[in-house]
Amino acid sequence: MTYSHIMVPVDLEHADRLGKAIETAKSLATQFGAKLTFVAVTSELPGGAAHTPAEFDKKLAAFAQSQGEGLSGGVASKSYVAHDPAVQIDGILHDAIEEIGADLVVMASHVPNVLNAVWPSHGGKMASHADVSVFVVR
Amino acid sequence: MNQDNNNPDSELEDQTEVEPIPEPEGDTQIIETEYEIGQDNVASSWKLEFDIHQVVFTVSALGIVAFTFLTMAYQSALEPMFLALRDWLTGNLDWFFLLSGNIFVLLCLFLIVSPLGKVRLGGPDAAPSYSYIGWFSMLFAAGMGIGLMFYGVSEPMSHFGTSMGGISVGEDGVRTDWAPLGGAEGDVAESMRLGMAATIFHWGLHPWAIYAVVALALALFSYNKGLPLTLRSCFYPIFGERVWGWPGNVIDILAIFSTIFGLATSLGIGAQQSAAGLNFLFGLPTSNTALITLIIVITIIALVSVVAGLDAGVKRLSEINMALAAILLVFVVAFGPTMEIAKGFFSNLLAYGEYLPALSMPFGREDANFASGWTAFYWAWWISWSPFVGMFIARVSRGRTVREFLIAVLIVPTILSVLWMTALGGTAIGQVVNDGFTGVQDAALELKMFEMLTQLPLTGLTSLVGIVLVVVFFVTSSDSGSLVIDTIAAGGKVNAPTPQRVFWASFEGLVAIALLLGGGLAALQAMAVSTGLPFTIVLLGACYAIVRGLMSEPR
Repeated sequence: MTYSHIMVPVDLEHADRLGKAIETAKSLATQFGAKLTFVAVTSELPGGAAHTPAEFDKKLAAFAQSQGEGLSGGVASKSYVAHDPAVQIDGILHDAIEEIGADLVVMASHVPNVLNAVWPSHGGKMASHADVSVFVVR
Repeated sequence: MNQDNNNPDSELEDQTEVEPIPEPEGDTQIIETEYEIGQDNVASSWKLEFDIHQVVFTVSALGIVAFTFLTMAYQSALEPMFLALRDWLTGNLDWFFLLSGNIFVLLCLFLIVSPLGKVRLGGPDAAPSYSYIGWFSMLFAAGMGIGLMFYGVSEPMSHFGTSMGGISVGEDGVRTDWAPLGGAEGDVAESMRLGMAATIFHWGLHPWAIYAVVALALALFSYNKGLPLTLRSCFYPIFGERVWGWPGNVIDILAIFSTIFGLATSLGIGAQQSAAGLNFLFGLPTSNTALITLIIVITIIALVSVVAGLDAGVKRLSEINMALAAILLVFVVAFGPTMEIAKGFFSNLLAYGEYLPALSMPFGREDANFASGWTAFYWAWWISWSPFVGMFIARVSRGRTVREFLIAVLIVPTILSVLWMTALGGTAIGQVVNDGFTGVQDAALELKMFEMLTQLPLTGLTSLVGIVLVVVFFVTSSDSGSLVIDTIAAGGKVNAPTPQRVFWASFEGLVAIALLLGGGLAALQAMAVSTGLPFTIVLLGACYAIVRGLMSEPR
């Protein structure tokens, strides 16, 4: 079994919390010689990470380049713009898997909290809906 | 933004320097500020997920609870006080409201024709976020949908009646009548024209100019200048960096207060009116239990809608609403006096143009009752809603040019209001004048529309459409209001966790229920309308900020 293209959804606003997931993705990419694609969703409005969608895209690309140094399979990035990211993110990430042709998703999940019973975490939701393997890093 | 550039001076003028960060979509003048969106927020992903502006959220949430309980506890003392405050403001400062309203309209009209109208929100290459229909439905449903349902028939009737009555002067020489301007005693045709002109005046250019000013300021400073989508951002040209401190906090908290109290009291009063409609149509009870059930149903639909999000929830409901309203309008036009409505549309538009200068005159008014009791009251009301409606309009208007934006926010709704008022109000007046049917005249405010519909075919069906429209208009106000409040309380972040929206939408429903049971709906609504005064000053500041901001944009 091998993986050729790993998708890593990231939240640029909370990049500090993603260390473990990204390290995991990088070791898997090294092991399989897989390509790594970082994806992120932003709104059209200024946010904590960037002031405009275009700036967000550049920042994501820079982030991906800095993370992907030395990976044999290469690295890419793709940003998506949503009217209402808080709600649309799950659907967009789900569609992104097919669009970029990933065969594995590695993503961070926040600590399960009291609301998770009614409000699934993004990682958890992804794992239950995606057609490809999903590695949820806790 | 640019972390290496520690230029402490962040005035707009200094932005002509080389912009080191890639341009958004074409050339815009991003404001350099040290402020990072969300820096004053507290966020948690443990136990309960949230991301809120600590000062704004805390003060607003606690303040609203305190205010609600105080109003209920000291209702008998506070209600006359709040009502007196509102009446004093609209009575003594009516000139200020009217003058400001005129400034807003003139600024918008000027921007439409000036070269500044070429500026595109979001940068020269930005593509519109929504199609015309989706965009227009949303701004209309948030803006005045519900008012049109209640006042579409009653207001033209009211002004028609007072105009017919003519002028009456009390013993102290002060006019006691409520007729607009000089009235038109006994002259049916002229009273109709004056009544319609006065109504259109209250629902036409002026209210939409108020919304447009707030929306344009917010859209410009968010999409083109890169500041967070929250009311304080428009004050950057005035306060500079201090806007992130307490002056900004005060503005944002005030915006949340006026929005939630405006929405909650409208929801409470609207529930009473809807229940009266349901009672008239189906004989359903108007007990407190029925009212609370109605509020809960509206709140739950609004909850589902905000959780589904802007596109899947709010936009879809707004479009359904527009379609239903269009059906009702077409029906009334087709089965009512079609030719009279068609002729009336143009003659009312002309009457509006003819009476506009006199009606909007801030000084030396003879018709004090009308100018302060109707016009100034309306202006204060629209202005107190403007943070909410303006911010929502801004949220959905990226990618439009300023000219396109103003035509869509100012001119199109005005034309539609003329059509709506002509069709509904004109039909009702015609029933009195031509058919001698006084049902509408004698009915209570909330039943006037339904009385009017009884004289047209398919009454059962159209009344049902009417009541569904009322309910859905409440839902669209409530869900877009919750989105707006959540964004302000999160320091301008639109990607805060969804449970926060649930909090605000439920909060609004609970405040409405508490006030309904404990009393105080009228008192707090008067208070909400009173916030129109500080916001008028805020809006005048926003006018200055818009011109400054637009002039620094490449055209």
